[in-house]
Amino acid sequence: MALLIKNAKRAENLWQLLSIENTGETLVPVPSLPSGDVLVSLPLWQAARAALIARPSGRLGVCLAPADDPAQIAEDFEVFSLIAVEFPQFTDGRGYSIGRLLRERYGWRGELRAMGDVQRDQLYYLAQCGFDAFLLRTTTTQDEDRALQVALTAAADFSEAYQNSVARPQPLFRRRPLNPTAAA
Amino acid sequence: MYIYDAIDQGIVDERVAQFRDQTQRFLAGELAEDDYRPLRLQNGLYVQRFAPMLRVAIPYGLLASRQMRALAEIARRWDRGYGHFSTRQNIQFNWPKLEDVPEILAHLAKVQMHAIQTSGNCIRNTTTDHFAGVAADEIVDPLVWCELIRQWSTLHPEFAYLPRKFKIAVSGATQDRAAIQVHDIGLQVLKNAQGEIGFKVLVGGGLGRTPVIGVVINEFLPWQHLLTYLEAILRVYNRYGRRDNKYKARIKILVRELKPAVFAEQVSAEWAHLRDGPATLTAQEVERVTARFTRPQYQHLEALPVQYTQALAREPAFGRWARRNVHPHKVAGYAAVTLSLKKTGVPPGDVTAAQMDAIADLADRYSFGELRVSHEQNLILADVRHSELHQLWQEAVALELATPNVGLLTNIIACPGGDFCSLANAKSIPVAEAIARRFDDLDYQFDIGELDLNISGCMNSCGHHHVGHIGILGVDKHGAEFYQISIGGDQGVQAALGKVIGPSVSQDEVPEIIEKIIHTYLALRDSEVERFIDLVRRIGTDPFKETVYGTAHQKRQTRRESVATA
Repeated sequence: MALLIKNAKRAENLWQLLSIENTGETLVPVPSLPSGDVLVSLPLWQAARAALIARPSGRLGVCLAPADDPAQIAEDFEVFSLIAVEFPQFTDGRGYSIGRLLRERYGWRGELRAMGDVQRDQLYYLAQCGFDAFLLRTTTTQDEDRALQVALTAAADFSEAYQNSVARPQPLFRRRPLNPTAAA
Repeated sequence: MYIYDAIDQGIVDERVAQFRDQTQRFLAGELAEDDYRPLRLQNGLYVQRFAPMLRVAIPYGLLASRQMRALAEIARRWDRGYGHFSTRQNIQFNWPKLEDVPEILAHLAKVQMHAIQTSGNCIRNTTTDHFAGVAADEIVDPLVWCELIRQWSTLHPEFAYLPRKFKIAVSGATQDRAAIQVHDIGLQVLKNAQGEIGFKVLVGGGLGRTPVIGVVINEFLPWQHLLTYLEAILRVYNRYGRRDNKYKARIKILVRELKPAVFAEQVSAEWAHLRDGPATLTAQEVERVTARFTRPQYQHLEALPVQYTQALAREPAFGRWARRNVHPHKVAGYAAVTLSLKKTGVPPGDVTAAQMDAIADLADRYSFGELRVSHEQNLILADVRHSELHQLWQEAVALELATPNVGLLTNIIACPGGDFCSLANAKSIPVAEAIARRFDDLDYQFDIGELDLNISGCMNSCGHHHVGHIGILGVDKHGAEFYQISIGGDQGVQAALGKVIGPSVSQDEVPEIIEKIIHTYLALRDSEVERFIDLVRRIGTDPFKETVYGTAHQKRQTRRESVATA
């Protein structure tokens, strides 16, 4: 099971993930696409763009893999209700750059979701890089309420940061009080 | 020293709390070993051969006496009474208990220290010239720039999970004592014709398995752009550096595979977006950081006062120490002094808690309460009055910190090696000791002259063997510990990578091989002025191969043939 946290609350995941691997390489005819909210991989989006837009109902989202270039969807933001970034392993940090690029360079304002090997201890940095929704990896043996409770504390890990980021558009040195008190 | 303000302190305190919570969840079984590992590494905690090892950051090698006392306290309370200064200006404790580490970090935070990003695939501690701010050949004091980089790189949210570790070194002098050509990023602080400060930027240097000299991708980056430009380099690396093979994941491989010119173009393209953005440095911020550095209040002193020159004339042992361990200073009447951690029989870089306390006292009495750690694993008192050198020397002798061997053969750089490190193929410390014993005669060492001998226990190269004039690398040969010898490496402005001169040898054979190399040098040098490295540059490595390995190699060859024919 995976636990979705959105805007610091547990949320229900309504999105169905579709990729080329589970739909086939060929152009997908509209009737064969499921209804409801679908989250499609970048290759599928590029292969079945028209068909996906032509679906009569349900929202559309795109999921970027770590090697995907966010520039490739920057022109299509208006058709998406969700952009997700996949973290195959939490130690693969490419998604952090993708997050900042989507927010800071291309101006994505909608939901930005981290999914895959996403855990409590990555949430703070992810939020700094512009992610506002997290599909947490949880194991079957884990108590979901406890996992949620622990995850929600991550936002308070640090009350300041030196760098500018999505969460803090100005670096500390542009915000720092002029005569801060020295540390004891 | 840069003195923290309340915000700097808060960040370090919150980091301690974060790691305490992570460790508690790990110990409670809520956080799996694999998930905890990168978190503990980014707090300096390794799990080693016998026990965890904690690496504490000493940003750009600068240390206050009260911090040194805190390190002594940690060595006593949580370790076995000593610590090990590393080649990256940090200190390592080899025996802490994992569950004690959050408490140790809390103790460090009280003296404005931490272990943030001393390991793991992130931006590591920024290193610099151990004579920064006092060197006679300095163009620009790099310390303020190092602190700005420290702040920028500390807990950077985008770059915590890079393909591999990432090391930045800064030099502001004519001589390069920070080895900037063998770092992921090397920065040379410069002044242009208008007197404005900027940086020459090198990327893709490094030692390890694939040693490479860095390439210049920007000849003069005006200081305002330092952080945005670093961010551009890191972003290109984070996105495109290889992640499929940890041995090909350093930035040097990306630079090589793309070609340096293409890599530089990618950085420029990325930088075009970041340039003049919010991370552009302001004069106000540079002034703020500068003002938070405590600086020595120098007095107008007479250079080379008579009591100093008389003592030099009177006591040859003092003179010898002064020649090797006393270094020029930009202020008249002052000198920088190396306290040697290379006494024969003591593992290079090791210091006991009692010595740490005594060194802190020396710093207070002789050098404005400050110390530096050099990448050669020695300690530096950077601001000593000429008139007090003799007294300091006597105290250093009593503390066994006055071995007059800086720049000489027995000033050996060595990693902890197979005695401690789980990565090592072979031991380093006993090899260093055997060589030091062989060359223990100081007159002989002075006759041999300047020579850097570096030992790494494996190809991760923590002992920087590639850039030793003589480099020794521990290798695994069918399960046995062997050593590969190279010569001709250099770490300065003329950085060069050593070349292997023959088949690897057993531990017992190493001192003999080194002796033969030295004999060859002494026989072939044109005069005493020609240093070992100068000779190797002049004549190459072939004559050494002949004289050092000729017969041994022959013998082995013959043995192999006789076995083959048997």
